[in-house]
Amino acid sequence: MKSMYLAFLAIAVVAVVAYFGLGYAGFSSQEVTSSPAVRLN
Amino acid sequence: MIPRPFFLLILALLAAPFAPLGVQAQEAPVIDRSATGGASTLEDILARQAQQKLDDSYRSEDVGDPARAAPETAPLGSLGGISQAEDWRALRYNKADVTVSSRSPAADVLMQDGGMAWLAFRAGPLITYGGWLLLGTLALLALFYALRGRIRTDGPLTGRKVLRFPSIERFAHWLLGGSFILLGLTGLFQLFGRKFIIPLVGHEAFAPLAVGGKWVHNNVAWAFMLGLVMVTVFWLVHNIPNKHDLKWLAVGGGLFSKGVHPPAKKFNAGQKIIFWAVLVLGISISVSGLSLLFPFELPMFAGTFDLLNGTGLPQALGFGTLPTALAPHEEMQLAQLWHAIIAFVFIAIILAHIYLGSVGMEGAFDAMGSGEVDEQWAKEHHGLWLDEVKAKAADAKAGANKAATPAE
Repeated sequence: MKSMYLAFLAIAVVAVVAYFGLGYAGFSSQEVTSSPAVRLN
Repeated sequence: MIPRPFFLLILALLAAPFAPLGVQAQEAPVIDRSATGGASTLEDILARQAQQKLDDSYRSEDVGDPARAAPETAPLGSLGGISQAEDWRALRYNKADVTVSSRSPAADVLMQDGGMAWLAFRAGPLITYGGWLLLGTLALLALFYALRGRIRTDGPLTGRKVLRFPSIERFAHWLLGGSFILLGLTGLFQLFGRKFIIPLVGHEAFAPLAVGGKWVHNNVAWAFMLGLVMVTVFWLVHNIPNKHDLKWLAVGGGLFSKGVHPPAKKFNAGQKIIFWAVLVLGISISVSGLSLLFPFELPMFAGTFDLLNGTGLPQALGFGTLPTALAPHEEMQLAQLWHAIIAFVFIAIILAHIYLGSVGMEGAFDAMGSGEVDEQWAKEHHGLWLDEVKAKAADAKAGANKAATPAE
């Protein structure tokens, strides 16, 4: 069962890494779809 | 009426439950608009309501012309040759010269009339047929359980264990399976939220579910794709069809009768069907998912339609030439529908897989739980594979004995 629990943990890790990684790489919706003329924050 | 590209989605799946949607729009008769000066007539409105196919070029091309403007000194000359109605038509048919401050690739499309057809399909046939497919699958499995019960191992268990899947293969399976369950549930939340979950729990309770579900769906997708690559690498070679599969299929894998155990290697024909379905549907759902994750950046339908047109299949089936010039939003709408249709079929297949791997068959879960199965179970369900494993073990033992024998 260890493999199963490890895989479930890996799912969480991959998801968090994907979220922050894509955001850091400039793929957030804010960066992709807004321009300097749009103030979102 | 559902536009033609949506029919192709259904056709490509060859799913019978969707067939009733495949009704073509009838051509509207030629309409005389002289009485309205070229504007829409009552016949136009009635034809639209009857969902007939209309040539609306009389509207799409009527978007005004600054060159035709009257001199400013003339009555109404300040209008500039384009009326408000003409401006709206230009926006409606994507002919206006629009400048926006957003960098999004399709941000300058302010109106897109395919949206209503997409919404109608999404809120109507998609969730109706999709929902019934899942409920029908669950009902069939329940019926099968009621009739057949749990498939037990016929012979007495030996207590001797055989390693069926090493830990890395089990890890890959659960990476794929765990992420699939999360994606399936969150996808169904998004699709059925408005119609079924909001009336049940209210907007306030559904909002965090929807936001959280979207986060999970978007980010867990990467784990799913990683798992798909891993199981493909590990298991592709074991899932190539062979002659034993025909024997297995001929007796229904022994699933419907006691004491029937057709020969099988590492994977039997039923498991091979699941594997190839997972591979094909998994690739398709991943590609359409990527198209949705990166909006407007990865359009896939115009190219696919072009390829299909080249085969002559859509024309032979009476759908004519499929459109290859699609608006960015149309690409997204088709990707969303395709993603959801594939997902419904995928979930239905995996429900059957989960059933057989858990309550449906004694000892099946051990293969993916501890990784070890009883020798008797292996003999009954994967006899040829067990022979191979034993032969390898015997060879390894002989090799070890030989190496341990001192040289003369």
